[in-house]
Amino acid sequence: MNDDLLELLFTGLGETVYMVALSTFIAFVLGLPLGIILVATEKGNVLEAPQINKALGTVINAIRSFPTVILIVVLLPLARFIVGTTLGATAAIVPLSIGAAPFIARMIENCLKEVSFGKIEAATAIGADPLTIIIKVLIPEALPSLVRGLTIAVVGIIGMTAIAGTIGAGGLGSLAIRFGYMRYRDDIMIATVVTLILLVQGVQLGGDFLANYINRKRYKFD
Amino acid sequence: MITVKDLNKDYITPHTRIHALSNINLQVEKGDIFGIIGFSGAGKSTLIRCLNRLEEPDSGKIIIAGQDITVMNKQHLKLARRKIGMIFQQFNLLDAKNVFENIAFPLKVSGYPKNKIKQRVEEILDLVGLADKAKSYPLQLSGGQKQRVGIARALSNQPDVLLSDEATSALDPQTTYSILELLKDINKKLGLTIILITHELDVLKHICNNMAVIEQGKIVENGSVEKFFLNPESDTAKRFISILQGFQANRSYKEGGGI
Repeated sequence: MNDDLLELLFTGLGETVYMVALSTFIAFVLGLPLGIILVATEKGNVLEAPQINKALGTVINAIRSFPTVILIVVLLPLARFIVGTTLGATAAIVPLSIGAAPFIARMIENCLKEVSFGKIEAATAIGADPLTIIIKVLIPEALPSLVRGLTIAVVGIIGMTAIAGTIGAGGLGSLAIRFGYMRYRDDIMIATVVTLILLVQGVQLGGDFLANYINRKRYKFD
Repeated sequence: MITVKDLNKDYITPHTRIHALSNINLQVEKGDIFGIIGFSGAGKSTLIRCLNRLEEPDSGKIIIAGQDITVMNKQHLKLARRKIGMIFQQFNLLDAKNVFENIAFPLKVSGYPKNKIKQRVEEILDLVGLADKAKSYPLQLSGGQKQRVGIARALSNQPDVLLSDEATSALDPQTTYSILELLKDINKKLGLTIILITHELDVLKHICNNMAVIEQGKIVENGSVEKFFLNPESDTAKRFISILQGFQANRSYKEGGGI
């Protein structure tokens, strides 16, 4: 039979996991401060600055407007500048991170806004400064929903790597296109899809478990 | 202890300007329990929230412990707030922190000596009667217990003043009573000045010495609590009293009392 299947699959999975892990990490590092700034600079919040808020919101919307495949193409020169090539998983991490960061920023914004404003007011009334409120109140209070949001983001980034795979990034997406589609290798197509399904299920399970664990610790049951 | 002079605050909506507070003048003595009563929308919450500038007043002066709150810059205000405790109707405890950490939070914020935090928190837990709940999380507690934690948190930094924003409005009558007893007790033990706003006459009757009635953003009556019950002058005061009497009359009629 096709003894190359497993080897191809493992290489692809490895590349995908590598891309997803690093892109998520970089996108989170970029997106977390942006999300916090989006919330904190909002009118009436701890670092009120409506103009900064609006400007940042507009930039984030602009980047999010790009279809993934176009964003990757547009950012290829940047990838070449940073990692020296436009091909392969490492090169794809540059556009993937930049593409996912605004999404993560919006997700973090949403999670932080779920924290009731009364808690922020209570901390303000105690005489806490804005940074303390963000670090000691907003983020810990929103932690379970941040974990859930991040899980959604990881699943989204897995989808983005598949798109990147079609234009030279490697990974499972590339495998499905090059072998499954172009060479009519149905076995590879099916194996790729099954692997992706398992990967997404695993991520979702892990995220749910972690969020539930935090909630249980705080005696919040849903 | 607390002087409010010509305080004004407007809310500007797209279509109109609402006078939330107009020319408020108040005087609260040290160690007093001062009640501010009014119907919903009268401006009582805005007033108490102006006292620690959770709401920014438009004009006027607020002097607490000799300092004008209204002219302070952010840094100065932050320090002043550490000496003004506040409790809320919805408690506003931090769900991510247990009872001990919630009460220790203001101490950490104000740079209280680390090795003394534990002792101070335990002391205050004893005062509010929750010594056995230090490791519990807010979601495990009943409403009354949550408000006790709220009071403990407000008191941990040894404030001069305690502001109570409808602190008992979300509690059942029995719990309300026990929280009021606790406030009374704290007032006596610590000599703490308490300002509370409420729409419950029982709260006034039970713990306040002096009070003010607020109606459409204006103080319409001001004086001792006895005077309010014996000789209500303002429209709001009369309505409050007549509602109370109406209920009592209705009840005696139903129960056959006095017939």
